[in-house]
Amino acid sequence: MWLTNSSVGRKVVMSVTGLFLVLFVTFHALMNAVAIFSLKAYEAICEFLGANWYALVGTAVLAAGFAIHIIYAFWLTYQNRKARGSDSYDVSARPKTVSWASQNMLVLGLIVVCFMIVHLIQFWAKMQLPEIMGERPAGGEEALGAAFGPEWWYYTLPIYLLGFCALWFHISHGFWSAFQSIGVNGNNWLPRLKKIAMGWATLVFVLFAVEAIYFTLHFAFGTNF
Amino acid sequence: MEKNISFKLKIWRQAGPKEEGRFELYELNDIPTDTSFLEALDILNEQLVEKGEEPIMFDHDCREGICGMCSLYINGHPHGPATGATTCQLYVRRFHDGETITVEPWRSAAFPVIKDLMVNRNAFDQIQQAGGYVSFNTGGAQDANALPISKVAADEAMDSATCIGCGACVAACKNGSAMLFVSAKVSQFALLPQGKPEAKRRVKAMLAKMDELGFGNCTNTGACAAECPKNIKLSNIARLNREYICAKCAD
Ligand code: HEM
Ligand code: SF4
Ligand code: FES
Repeated sequence: MWLTNSSVGRKVVMSVTGLFLVLFVTFHALMNAVAIFSLKAYEAICEFLGANWYALVGTAVLAAGFAIHIIYAFWLTYQNRKARGSDSYDVSARPKTVSWASQNMLVLGLIVVCFMIVHLIQFWAKMQLPEIMGERPAGGEEALGAAFGPEWWYYTLPIYLLGFCALWFHISHGFWSAFQSIGVNGNNWLPRLKKIAMGWATLVFVLFAVEAIYFTLHFAFGTNF
Repeated sequence: MEKNISFKLKIWRQAGPKEEGRFELYELNDIPTDTSFLEALDILNEQLVEKGEEPIMFDHDCREGICGMCSLYINGHPHGPATGATTCQLYVRRFHDGETITVEPWRSAAFPVIKDLMVNRNAFDQIQQAGGYVSFNTGGAQDANALPISKVAADEAMDSATCIGCGACVAACKNGSAMLFVSAKVSQFALLPQGKPEAKRRVKAMLAKMDELGFGNCTNTGACAAECPKNIKLSNIARLNREYICAKCAD
């Protein structure tokens, strides 16, 4: 199967799962924004999704996307290290056109994983998981209030912001790289895709960061806007 | 303006493929800045021979940037600090008086060291033999203008064909990937009607050979294109991916 036993095929898998995850995080960031405008509407979305069959199918597809992306990430990195060989250069310089993110995708991904573990414990484990188990799930506002409330915000906020930064770097390279990997790129589109990648990564970052800061101010400090 | 400078050379010495290697420090004094870098190494080698020491082994042939034989990882860059130039096109005026210049062989599992600064780039020949050609019937050549080719395609194909197979792209790549080389070789034919009949077979065979020989997976860092002495463009890699994916889907 060429998606596993050829280098280009493996990159296609990386690219398709990566783009899927980009769409997911974008959608996620937009949905969170609802909570800024109306906690009631947010609560309605949470209830609507809950543990319905379509939400469960969505979660399963998403989990599979993450799993494949992460497994391939380790697999490719292992192969690439082997291809590089054990002898390293004494002096090496990164050319100006090579972005730092592009050379540190695994590390950036791992930071995102660490953030995700915290995030899943704070939200998924209180909301969808209990519902699957037939217990009473926490509401959206309740979970937000716990994570960003007076007791926890000083752990939550820095961890979230760090995760968002890592995600910014990851997408700033990953976005255009994904198009290159599936062959949708050329001399004219390369600079354009690089700009779109920056823009998209920044949009996702700003949305998430503003949301986290807003929730902290609201739930930990009782600020009402 | 010519002047003379003195500098130190920190050079990788390794007696053979299985031998332990180490850096050795040499000094070169009073070298005119118009000397090419390889000539400076020649001068150093003459001094070593006179002293009865083993000269430093390095690859070179045409010394005019067309054969792809010269290599050397100089001060952190394959083919040295100059851009769009091979090591044989590098001059001593690029360096400063009193500088220590570090010279290393290409480092990649698929390019094992033969001796000192010389590595085995036979893997590239094997990839070429797998499909980097067009088959023709013998007999009289077709009229040159019998096949219409757009100017854009002709220019792109020509640019891709300037790849000299030096391996700097592999040396520069943190993944030891040969994608820039393979993509240039695939592109120069994929863009032309003469290459089309064998395009699918070619791209599959060359990529399979590349994978088999242990080159890495491309993560699009772009270090290859930044260091390539012939300025082979990253868009070639996108074309290679496209050609390969289409060929596989057509199977
Ligand atoms: C929401 C989270 C994530 C998004 C949106 C995302 C997105 C992407 C995208 C679009 C690419 C480019 C694919 C390509 O070059 O063809 C990519 C590459 C990569 N990702 Fe992720 N990713 C995420 C999470 C992760 C995680 C959790 C890990 C690791 C543990 C990871 C590791 C990598 C690595 C190592 C690459 C480079 C692989 C390569 O180019 O060969 N990513 N990611
Ligand atoms: S693509 Fe550039 S760096 Fe790679 S082999 Fe060809 S000329 Fe050398
Ligand atoms: S010696 Fe021929 S390209 Fe440098």
